[in-house]
Amino acid sequence: MAILHKEATKALLQKVLSFSKADECEVSLRGTEGGNIRYARNAISTAGDISTLTLSVTSSFGKRSGTATINEFTDDALKRVVARSEELAKLAPENPEYMPLRGPAEFKDAPGYVEATANMTPDDRAEAVAKSINVAKEAKLEAAGFIENTTGFNAIMNSKGLFAYDTDTNVVFTITTRNSAGTGSGFAGRGFNDFRKLDTHEATRIAAMKANSSADAKAIEPGKYTVILEPIAATYMLENMFRGLDARNADEGRSFMSKPGGGNRIGEQLMDEKVTIYSDPFHPELPGPTWNRDGLPLEKTTWIDKGVVKNLAYSPYWAQKKGVQPVPMPSNIIMEGGTASLEELIKSTEKGILVSRLWYIRLVDAQTLLLTGLTRDGTFYIENGEIKYPVKNLRFNESPVIMLNNVEALGKTERSVSIESYRSFMIPPIKVRDFTFTSLSDAV
Amino acid sequence: MKRKDFIQLSAMGLGALVLPKFTFGTPVDPSRFLNDGIDVKIKKELADVALNAAKAKGATYADVRIGRYLNQMVMTRETRVQNIANTESFGVGIRVIANGCWGFAATNNVTREEVAKTAERAVAVAKANSRVKAEPVRLAPQEGYGEVSWKTPIEINTFTVPVKDKVDLLLSVNDAALKGGANFVNSAIMAINEQKYFASTDGSYIDQDIHRLFPTFTVTKIDRGSGKFETRKSLSSPVGMGYEYLNARPEDKVGGIVTRYRGRYDMLEDVQNATRDVEQKLKATSVQPGKYDLILDPSHLWLTIHESVAHPTELDRVLGYEANYAGTSFLTLDKWKSGNFNFGSKIVNVVADKLQPGSLGAVGYDDEGVKCGQWDLIKDGILVNYQAIRDQAHIIGLNRSQGCCYAQSWADVQFQRMPNVSLQPGKTPLSVDDMIRNVEKGIYIIGDGSFSIDQQRYNFQFGGQTFYEIKNGQITGMLKDVAYQANTREFWNSCTAIADKSDYRLGGAFNDGKGQPGQSNAVSHGSSTTRFNGVNVINTARKI
Repeated sequence: MAILHKEATKALLQKVLSFSKADECEVSLRGTEGGNIRYARNAISTAGDISTLTLSVTSSFGKRSGTATINEFTDDALKRVVARSEELAKLAPENPEYMPLRGPAEFKDAPGYVEATANMTPDDRAEAVAKSINVAKEAKLEAAGFIENTTGFNAIMNSKGLFAYDTDTNVVFTITTRNSAGTGSGFAGRGFNDFRKLDTHEATRIAAMKANSSADAKAIEPGKYTVILEPIAATYMLENMFRGLDARNADEGRSFMSKPGGGNRIGEQLMDEKVTIYSDPFHPELPGPTWNRDGLPLEKTTWIDKGVVKNLAYSPYWAQKKGVQPVPMPSNIIMEGGTASLEELIKSTEKGILVSRLWYIRLVDAQTLLLTGLTRDGTFYIENGEIKYPVKNLRFNESPVIMLNNVEALGKTERSVSIESYRSFMIPPIKVRDFTFTSLSDAV
Repeated sequence: MKRKDFIQLSAMGLGALVLPKFTFGTPVDPSRFLNDGIDVKIKKELADVALNAAKAKGATYADVRIGRYLNQMVMTRETRVQNIANTESFGVGIRVIANGCWGFAATNNVTREEVAKTAERAVAVAKANSRVKAEPVRLAPQEGYGEVSWKTPIEINTFTVPVKDKVDLLLSVNDAALKGGANFVNSAIMAINEQKYFASTDGSYIDQDIHRLFPTFTVTKIDRGSGKFETRKSLSSPVGMGYEYLNARPEDKVGGIVTRYRGRYDMLEDVQNATRDVEQKLKATSVQPGKYDLILDPSHLWLTIHESVAHPTELDRVLGYEANYAGTSFLTLDKWKSGNFNFGSKIVNVVADKLQPGSLGAVGYDDEGVKCGQWDLIKDGILVNYQAIRDQAHIIGLNRSQGCCYAQSWADVQFQRMPNVSLQPGKTPLSVDDMIRNVEKGIYIIGDGSFSIDQQRYNFQFGGQTFYEIKNGQITGMLKDVAYQANTREFWNSCTAIADKSDYRLGGAFNDGKGQPGQSNAVSHGSSTTRFNGVNVINTARKI
């Protein structure tokens, strides 16, 4: 019973609320179902099936709140969880930032649920993995990969009459292929709502091509280079920036979005004019949730418009304090691109480096959002519009904010997946000048 | 990853490798923590149900872990409590070998019927996977221990300390920071209690009660004029101890440029020092890039050991099982077999240890029923061993596992995780002051900061909390914008001095991430203050 339909969810949450004696009460229900297979050395190493359903109740008396959660659904259990949240609320200290719950609102249906993904079986996963292993074996490479599918739903209801429900499906696939000498390695990552769009054969073929073409890489001098980041590399780099689109941190003076002297950078030309970044839960290629836990609807929101900071997220508390409307954090991110293909970006490059993937990105300086990390699984030197040879991996120290000031060209936006959070984004291949590499790595 | 997880990640800030495990589980009333859970006799009965059901379906080996995981997190900022989370997670994970292949299944419905069904599911998974198997699993022999138990030797159970006391401590820490001139301060206490019962078809029934604690804070100071800000994190460590960790005695304090702590921690004193440090950091000199001799305090060096020594000696990485996620390792089997691969200079001795008192990795038995111990990884600078579990031991010529198997909860399958991995202190008497006295041009680094390393663990970059310039044997002032980059082998071969055992201290991590789906592991790394010569230092200041 991990996935409940809208009407059944509504009836269950109404029943829970009927047991409440608090000033305000909010109940939420989340269920997930799914499974995974992990493989390495061309054989399955682990596999699992996971199903969860959790009810959470937050009760408030004045500015004191308590939350309790349960995964049993008898009437007694429901009464118990409500009572427990009320006991915890009475014991809790007052929260000076407590915000009253919001009343009813209309939310559009989320478009992220695909029946074909919800119906995936262990055999479907095994078949997808078998296809991938076969490609690697034929190419005389070793495959290590992971496939995971999830079907989930979220719902909230509160004592002021608000009710919201959404459901979605996701499948994520990552594959690394390596040659037996350990001199070449390739990777591909895919994320979709619709399992039918996932082609593990094609993704493994790309990883295999990268493994073979990255073998016996040459060393080059670290320094500033024109760089083309493939979408999977750009996504990981930019994900770190998207998490920082918060007005409070900026206003408090401790974010790259803080303005020297006070306030935030809304209205400032912070990046190149080619950069436009927005969120839109109704984007056909990247559907997202249409409401958030504060009971706010999520609509199309532009964050960076032609390089100018248009919006930062304001929590209901911070919005009230600053006298503005709340702006929810984005539920997805789309960066507008151009029309060029990756091949065309390479063709237009006199000297540069093609980066297939980035790895182990960590924050070095929050002030400038300086990040460090390395290239991985296919780094290539470009000369006169052609890939000349593979180069050894390089460590970079670069800020995505500085990088987006140095944009030369953007390719066509495509759906891409973060290799750390497994979250999907719409990101183009990005060509930038003066990308800073600071040392060489022997890692393959 | 779902929206909710994204929001959680956003709230956590940047750079976490995995979500810490205390975000999972079911919130409960703290009073439930005082309940002992189900009786050991009932656990044994349930375990036998699982083992018998697995064998009846054709398993040649089975183990069962009945786990109750209690987590508490108290988070505050400035004058208010942000969150108090009390969670409990209880269930059973069953792992089997059938047709020469592993299978795993787990349930939170701990009844005899459901446990039997789960064991059968695990066998079914193993049989399904055996269709694509390569070689049959080969397990190192393991004797059964019968009914045994082990407990973290704690003095005060953190879960018995009232939440109010923890809130009061954190708010007094915050108050001290604000009174000292800080603009912002976040503080938290995290506590974990793993009550784990393990049984296997080898005849072991092992009951363990494991405690961990991590108090921490971050102080932020802003220079409004320039718009610059600096932070300083606590110099505490996560520990395998009870609440006694927060009762520091004079002998637990290490003097010097700033007070550091050995075994026990004084949070109130450290926050006052941090508030002074952060003020100084704003005024510090931006570092001139170049080669420096580095003097690394144990509060910093633990993370460099973790990334550059402990990870590359994980045997699953060496073999390629992590190739698609955490990566592989430059310490390939041929280097180990040669018997003369000089990982570091002759004074570098690194020990793997699952017993060290107060450490995060200390347990009596690992999660596949192997009694824990200690062994050398690097001996006199030479790579001599790895970290292995039962199905890997034969690959490195061992007839017994080294006891490195761990799962973050009952719901996750156990796999190879690192033990405590520590640099041994210098054998001849050497104080930190004497070490600094011999440095002409150097930087003394305290506390861990930014960290990044490649997927085979060659090239790394580390920051820190505070950096002091050393000129001609004297500390001359504070530096900022410092990060060092090196190649692991060159770095450890540039190790020229290690302070003696009187300076030895543990650092560690609560949430080291590995695996797909990701799991976190808690681990400590000890060292004394250590000198590395001629390391490349870069300046990290930028302008946007």
